[in-house]
Amino acid sequence: MLWEFDIHPLDGLPDQEAQRIALLANETGICPNLSVRSARGFLLESDSLNADQANRLAEELFADNTVESSVVAPVGDSRLVDHASSQTKGNCPTLLQVLLKPGVMDPVAQSAETAIRDFGYSVSAVRTLRKYWIDGASEEQVAAISERILANDAIEQTVQGPLGFDELQQGCEYQFKLLTVPLGGLDDEGLMRLSREGQLYLQLAEMQTIQRHFAELGREPTDIELETLAQTWSEHCSHKTLAGRIAYRDERGARQFENMLKETIFAATTELRSRWGNKDWCVSVFRDNAGIVRFNDEFNVAFKVETHNHPSALEPYGGANTGIGGVIRDTIGTGMGAKPVCNTDVFCFAPPDTLVDDLPSGVLNPKRVMRGVVSGVRDYGNRMGIPTVNGAVFFDSRYLGNPLVYCGNVGIIPVDKSFKQPQPNDLIVSVGGRTGRDGIHGATFSSAELTQESESLSGGAVQIGNAVEEKKVLDVLLAIRDRGLYTAITDCGAGGFSSAVGEMGEEIGAEVWLELAPVKYAGLTYTEIWISEAQERMVLSVPEPNWEELHALCAAEGVEATVIGKFAPTGRLVLKYDDEIVGDLAMDLLHNGRPPVIRSASFTPAEIIPLEIPTSGSELTADLCRILGSYNVASKEWIIRQYDHEVQGGSVVKPLVGVNLDGPSDAAVVRPVLSSRRGLVISCGMNPRYGDLDTYHMAASAIDEAIRNCVAVGADPARIALLDNFCWGDCEKSETLGSLVRAALACHDLSLEFETPFISGKDSLNNEFSFVGSDGKKQTIAIPPTLLISALGQIADVASAVTMDLKHSDSLLYLVGETKNELGGSHFALIHELEGGQVPTVDPAIAKQTFAALHQAIVQGLVASCHDLSEGGLAVAAAEMCFAGGIGAELELAKVPKGSIDLTSLEKLFSESNTRFLCEVQSKKASEFENLLAGVPLACLGHTMSEKELRISEASGSAPVISAKLTDLKTAWKEPLAW
Amino acid sequence: MPQPRILILRAPGTNCDVETAHAFQLAGGQPDVLHLNRLLEAPQLAVEYQVLCVPGGFSYGDDIAAGRIFANQIRHHLSDVLQEFRSAGKLLLGICNGFQVLIKSGLLDTDDAAGPAASLTWNDSGCFMDRWVGLQTEGDKCVFLSGINELYLPIAHAEGKFVTRDQSALKRFEEAGQLVLRYADVGGSVQPFNPNGAEQDVAGMCDTTGRVFGLMPHPERFVDFTQHPNWTRREDRGEGVGLALFRNAVRYFS
Repeated sequence: MLWEFDIHPLDGLPDQEAQRIALLANETGICPNLSVRSARGFLLESDSLNADQANRLAEELFADNTVESSVVAPVGDSRLVDHASSQTKGNCPTLLQVLLKPGVMDPVAQSAETAIRDFGYSVSAVRTLRKYWIDGASEEQVAAISERILANDAIEQTVQGPLGFDELQQGCEYQFKLLTVPLGGLDDEGLMRLSREGQLYLQLAEMQTIQRHFAELGREPTDIELETLAQTWSEHCSHKTLAGRIAYRDERGARQFENMLKETIFAATTELRSRWGNKDWCVSVFRDNAGIVRFNDEFNVAFKVETHNHPSALEPYGGANTGIGGVIRDTIGTGMGAKPVCNTDVFCFAPPDTLVDDLPSGVLNPKRVMRGVVSGVRDYGNRMGIPTVNGAVFFDSRYLGNPLVYCGNVGIIPVDKSFKQPQPNDLIVSVGGRTGRDGIHGATFSSAELTQESESLSGGAVQIGNAVEEKKVLDVLLAIRDRGLYTAITDCGAGGFSSAVGEMGEEIGAEVWLELAPVKYAGLTYTEIWISEAQERMVLSVPEPNWEELHALCAAEGVEATVIGKFAPTGRLVLKYDDEIVGDLAMDLLHNGRPPVIRSASFTPAEIIPLEIPTSGSELTADLCRILGSYNVASKEWIIRQYDHEVQGGSVVKPLVGVNLDGPSDAAVVRPVLSSRRGLVISCGMNPRYGDLDTYHMAASAIDEAIRNCVAVGADPARIALLDNFCWGDCEKSETLGSLVRAALACHDLSLEFETPFISGKDSLNNEFSFVGSDGKKQTIAIPPTLLISALGQIADVASAVTMDLKHSDSLLYLVGETKNELGGSHFALIHELEGGQVPTVDPAIAKQTFAALHQAIVQGLVASCHDLSEGGLAVAAAEMCFAGGIGAELELAKVPKGSIDLTSLEKLFSESNTRFLCEVQSKKASEFENLLAGVPLACLGHTMSEKELRISEASGSAPVISAKLTDLKTAWKEPLAW
Repeated sequence: MPQPRILILRAPGTNCDVETAHAFQLAGGQPDVLHLNRLLEAPQLAVEYQVLCVPGGFSYGDDIAAGRIFANQIRHHLSDVLQEFRSAGKLLLGICNGFQVLIKSGLLDTDDAAGPAASLTWNDSGCFMDRWVGLQTEGDKCVFLSGINELYLPIAHAEGKFVTRDQSALKRFEEAGQLVLRYADVGGSVQPFNPNGAEQDVAGMCDTTGRVFGLMPHPERFVDFTQHPNWTRREDRGEGVGLALFRNAVRYFS
């Protein structure tokens, strides 16, 4: 029998879900005053459950009787269709029921099953649903609400009226059948059709190589062999474009790369490590799931940032959810397993006020994307008990079809657990979640361009995570790690078992018994088991004598551990299903057989067109308010407060600081070991607007920004490690790839100059969206070149950390660093829609000296507050420091350090030159501060004051060019995203 | 008396066990973190301990309702042993998710003939929120709050709104002196000082003996000065005020 439990808010209490839906219906313009009621439902299939038992479950499990009521009945009963209190005169509300599609992860249903069994009742399946009764809306409105608000077709289905079924689908038995894919005789076009239609997304040379290989073997490949090759050779897993041969040309000449990444970013790290010799503090770089550097005598620290863009475009909640879940598994799967201590999340969206009518088909409303992504990160990160301490959000209309979701995780790992080495004949053990049909083709899909049809084509690549499963896995793995029961660990990410086992067994060989893998439901083919990207799974290499102890430890915490194969020392990857060989590939073919990708790349610097600055000079205060209120600069408090940024107890500098705890911190400081005062500092830098002018300077600026954010709170500039995350458009286009190579060259140069090594990185290419416009022509939106630089700094004693809010009303304010005429790509240019101008550049020698000197001043306690200058320049930094501290300031622009050039007031206020800080120094410490910073561009611009105003003039006595009350500045900054 | 032993009970999804153990240790207790499954297998393990603490987190994902599944496990399997624990003059503490578990398990004396009469439900804002709150204590019933008047602590929850079934239930708890901790406009609190719409601003309650206590704010997140959200503006380099709760628990057995 299929029972249904509907849980309603008690009469008279708010129906929060209904209010949310009504708000969204209004916001999206579908219906201004929607009348809607909601209920959450559970479907429970059981042969034996009787009505008394069902009522007991409603009372004691599903409903909270202090605030809710329940309706319990077998599916089909009319009480489940009519809403008791919404039958107004003559109106018959429309019932919409939203269910997850079969096979989509339903964590609540899983927990409910466990909880029902704890009552001693038998149950064969549970599913959740959401129910909505909508009154007085037209059919079109109901359809729009269903499609655009209630359900996402990628993972959910909507039923209007009663449910049309009375049992839950549970899959059907699988009948084994070995499939081969004939390649012989296919011409180039045939090969490419197979690549596309089979969602292999391999290139012609690769398909030809595979065709030749099997022709030489004298047989056709099986489906699983082809899938394994496609996954291993995918852009997502092999980074073949950036690690490939590139012929690059720019204004300085031509350069030939055999392996672009290796010769730029990796090369810089290698050179730094040899320069440092026995003082090298890098531990493991560019080889494991995360980069590792030294922290203290006991622990090293691992850091990784990943992107999860394509899934987030189709299903923002699930995409972000599994994005954060995936990167957490990266650190858990680094070395012998790191313990995650904090998250960082950076997003790029189209502006939330994009008109709904402007949306191409297949694109979700940016506001919906943003809400979904934030909720997805929130629900996974918070449940994992990992504080989300740092982040940024960047808006540009070109992210409409390809929002970017960067998820990062930092973990600590005992010094002696930082490396792994699977041993021949170790067992291959899968730990954690079960394998399902979810996430098929994620690795190959993420290497393809999105189109209008992506949703229907690749729905399987979209998933929902189950954070508590991953938390259970983490808890038990740390215990097992410390007992030394395994020799290696890695996560099941893109490519599933195929990727995890293929990588771990690269130097040994592996034999896998696919029928042993635990599955969520019957009916999976051997290939689906092999390439499924079902979440929350780790793969371990376990010496046979340790298996029983490991298995018992997992069982004791309710975590499933299963032997699925053996690292057989054959040099081959042998896949079996019920003793039948379904795949047999040489490891060498998988890892070294891919033909090199050969690309050309070119970059032509744009001519510098001078900015046409509006002539009216008297509106600078209004300009400042507009920049403060622009989406990139505006307060992200609505997001930040939804994240637990304090769990684990190590929070030292929080994302929001100041007298009312609402000022924007430059970076987060965290104590990962509660018994120690040594801290980690996490920050980031990103400037896609500069990339429109020159990606070299964009990258240099992002590096400078990430470092100066770190240094501003007290990090030691000699101990900052960096990560690169390139999100670019279609790199088959020479200019697109050229702009990326140019950014990588900057990473190389600046890394060497600053002595800040890159320790890990990732790229996501093909971020373009194609659609057929209203004129019937194909249009493509490419994202702007977007390089996220994440910085991981260290601070010897967190008690020396500094925050950005002004502390005293009688301090001096110093501007550190030189201001140039660099308004190109600035936020002043943004609000006035100006193009051209000089992009901000970095002078690395001066920058390095500045960071070191300022750090000394901070360590010696000479700096009361410090804020980096970034978007909006000096004016924005001063305003933020003032309103965060609730303290006013008076500044003179004539004193701004600017070399020998002439600058207008406007340029001094809003130029976004790099390597600048505004520092509050108490007068008794001023001379000591000035002495320490000797040799660095520096000037005292003015002072703080108890009057709650910001006044900036060209020279003392002249009329102020900026004059504003702090409350007005703060309101301008806080309101735009206070949702 | 030797150091009291503290049992920190973790379930799948518990995530504040490490810092809670750290706080008890700083206070002079001797904490062990134990998986709920071990106690379900051998409930008598609890006898060895003087304090049992259910820490914060998302037990079983907070699926169905926060703390519900864990609370049912207590009702089904651990009720007797925990009632004995309480009767033996020992202490029980639930922080955040632990409070949600305790209130739904009946250990806070909230049940009456008609069933549970108090609960914790969704914040008025409808979503998870991390912020700091000012708190005021009431009466002297609760062992954990002895000698404390005001507190300033962080909250981090989605389902922390204290609700009662009706006015008579609320009156009963008030008259019994169980509503011992309330959100208040004190210390560094920002508006609205009641962050979730809790009835009577209730942030924490105890049972009728004062030895079982649950609260939504996280005292274990303020035991060191660097955890204060405004420590860079303050001269105070002493311990965090949250530590006092843990000290009270330890001192109770000395």
